[in-house]
Amino acid sequence: MMSAMILIILCYMLSSSCYISFFLLQKHFLHILAFGMLAAAFILHTALLSYQYMHFGQMPVHNLHQTLSFAAWAIAGVYLLMRFRLRLKILGAYTAPLVSLILIAAFFVPQSDPLPSTVLNSIWLVVHVLIIFVGEAALALAGGTGALYLMQEHAIKSKNPRFFLKRLPSLEFLDSTGYLFIIVGFTLLTVGLVTGFVYAEKVWGRIWSWDPKEIWSVITWLIYAALLHERLVAGWRGRRAAIMAIIGLAALIFTFIGVNFLLEGHHDEFTRW
Amino acid sequence: MNLPDGSRHFIKSQIVNIESLEIVLIGINHRSAPVELREKLNFSKTETEQALLIMQKEPSIHEVFMVSTCNRVEVLVSTDQPEAVKKLIAAYIAAWKNVPIERFMPAVYVYTGDKAVRHLFRVTASLDSMMLGEPQILGQVKEAYRQAVDTKTTGVILNRLLHKAFSVAKRVRSETGIGGHAVSISYAAIELAKKIFDSLENKSVLLVGAGEMAELAVEHLMRSRCTGRVLVANRTFSSGMKLADQFNGTPIRFEEIPETLEAIDILISSTGSPEYVVTRHHVKPVMRRRKNRPLFFIDIAVPRDIDPAINRIANAYVYDIDDLQGVISENIKSRQQESVLAERIVDEGVMRFRCWYKNLDVVPTIVALRNKLYNIAEAELYKTLHSMDISEAEQEALKKMTEAMVNKILHDPTMFLKNPGTHRNKSTYLDLARKLFRLDPENHH
Repeated sequence: MMSAMILIILCYMLSSSCYISFFLLQKHFLHILAFGMLAAAFILHTALLSYQYMHFGQMPVHNLHQTLSFAAWAIAGVYLLMRFRLRLKILGAYTAPLVSLILIAAFFVPQSDPLPSTVLNSIWLVVHVLIIFVGEAALALAGGTGALYLMQEHAIKSKNPRFFLKRLPSLEFLDSTGYLFIIVGFTLLTVGLVTGFVYAEKVWGRIWSWDPKEIWSVITWLIYAALLHERLVAGWRGRRAAIMAIIGLAALIFTFIGVNFLLEGHHDEFTRW
Repeated sequence: MNLPDGSRHFIKSQIVNIESLEIVLIGINHRSAPVELREKLNFSKTETEQALLIMQKEPSIHEVFMVSTCNRVEVLVSTDQPEAVKKLIAAYIAAWKNVPIERFMPAVYVYTGDKAVRHLFRVTASLDSMMLGEPQILGQVKEAYRQAVDTKTTGVILNRLLHKAFSVAKRVRSETGIGGHAVSISYAAIELAKKIFDSLENKSVLLVGAGEMAELAVEHLMRSRCTGRVLVANRTFSSGMKLADQFNGTPIRFEEIPETLEAIDILISSTGSPEYVVTRHHVKPVMRRRKNRPLFFIDIAVPRDIDPAINRIANAYVYDIDDLQGVISENIKSRQQESVLAERIVDEGVMRFRCWYKNLDVVPTIVALRNKLYNIAEAELYKTLHSMDISEAEQEALKKMTEAMVNKILHDPTMFLKNPGTHRNKSTYLDLARKLFRLDPENHH
């Protein structure tokens, strides 16, 4: 399984280097190559996760290694899916390296054998995990789009169009794409949280247990809710929306990993070393 | 089996000193001649046609092509007397345009052979243009070529040469960034607008004041499918109205500018106003009401019309004339870098053309034709003799017969190609013969 993992990481890294060369050289064939490699890596990754699912008979999200791998898979998948609708090719130069990094991190995290647990067998949990991860992947892409926006905005404002101006799409497009990612991500996050509550009700008999992960999830949710609200009411576009998307992503990452190191709770075991 | 060696050289030794046509280019351009001279030498369409017809009547000129733009006049001929033709054409143009020959001659450049080919390719690919990479020249050369074809003054050589020039130009355009990124103020402004707004559809423009560059920018905007409203504000309402009519727009009063800021997306300003027409205080409150939709100010006026502090407001962007100039000089630099690649494509084109042109000569064509027939005869003879049991003497007789047949078949075409008649264009027949017997590898076409 390790060798499969190495192969997948190599594919993602190859795709990353193609995407970065595409960003620098702006040659069409590099993009085709990069996209192809990413798709190939994703297919292999899907196969690996399916194998793990079959092997353990449970979703492979038991420890930090598996959750990281699953998160990387979700991000790659959402990016590939979004490419069918949007012409934001350059976001791959953010996505592919991000996915590679997460997977490399996962590779070096020691794998512990999953404990046989009944907690993970409910359909609610499968739905909860899947939706949350896909939603978070969309929000991760929103953060990347926000970063691209800030770069392009800086290029235009500083009147120094030397490098970024030609390579990045228009501000309006980046802004609306980021917004789209946030709507999708926020919606899924909401559904994911609700399914989580329903599941908690079933397993522990109560919806809310002041688990740190629960608290931080809600904080993250509130940040995105505020962003969307402000956009609709006060027209928070452009720079501020981009910065908020990045802050939201930071909160998301903290909820995802940080909480488990600093605080304890019943989500703990999924991110255990 | 080998045919007697001597027979292979039989024809070669017979053909001596067949004069081939030389390609000659005579011209002036923006670098060789000042504008006072160039404007005198400009040929209109009808003048060009007359000139082509007159030049073609000259016995030493076989084919002729001419292109005249505001930056250049170029005459391209194929001739068997290059030296005489150079003087002839220069004198002819000077006389037609009433320019003293001693004033005209220093501005003229003359290229022959590969150098002429290269010059034409560089001109067509816009490498020789005043503004490197500008797209008009290709269209102008194409138009001139169409005229020469209609007037029937071009033949095999120049047709081939011009087509090659077009394909080189096309390659340069698609494979290098030489035509990429704006090098004029108004285009640069629109390119920037496209990096702020995703599409210019339904974007409204406010033109403040009048001025050639500002009006040009509005025209470019409308051509880039900027389909929103056009508003025009002028100090004198009546002249604003006239300008608004020109763009199918709405005139507004100068005092209305601050309140219009809410509805527009792009503001182009070029007034003679000594102080700012739009200040930060105008824009700041508007942005909230606009729900922060981006607002782009293009300030072409000197002294400036738009307060530069507006650029610090979120989602508002201000570019003044110096900023745009800065963008342009960046773009020119990158075009120059791309021209290195373009020159390489031109070199390749010149080499390919030379290869074709060299083969168009009589000797190589006849040799190629002979070789082809001999090779066929040789192969067939070998196959036949191989399966027959006959004596040495009989074999020899068959070889002799085959050889004689090939020679007899070749006799008339050879004589014809060497001398197709005094008033006929030799290169046409050479080209036809090469095509008929497929003497060139496929990729030459």
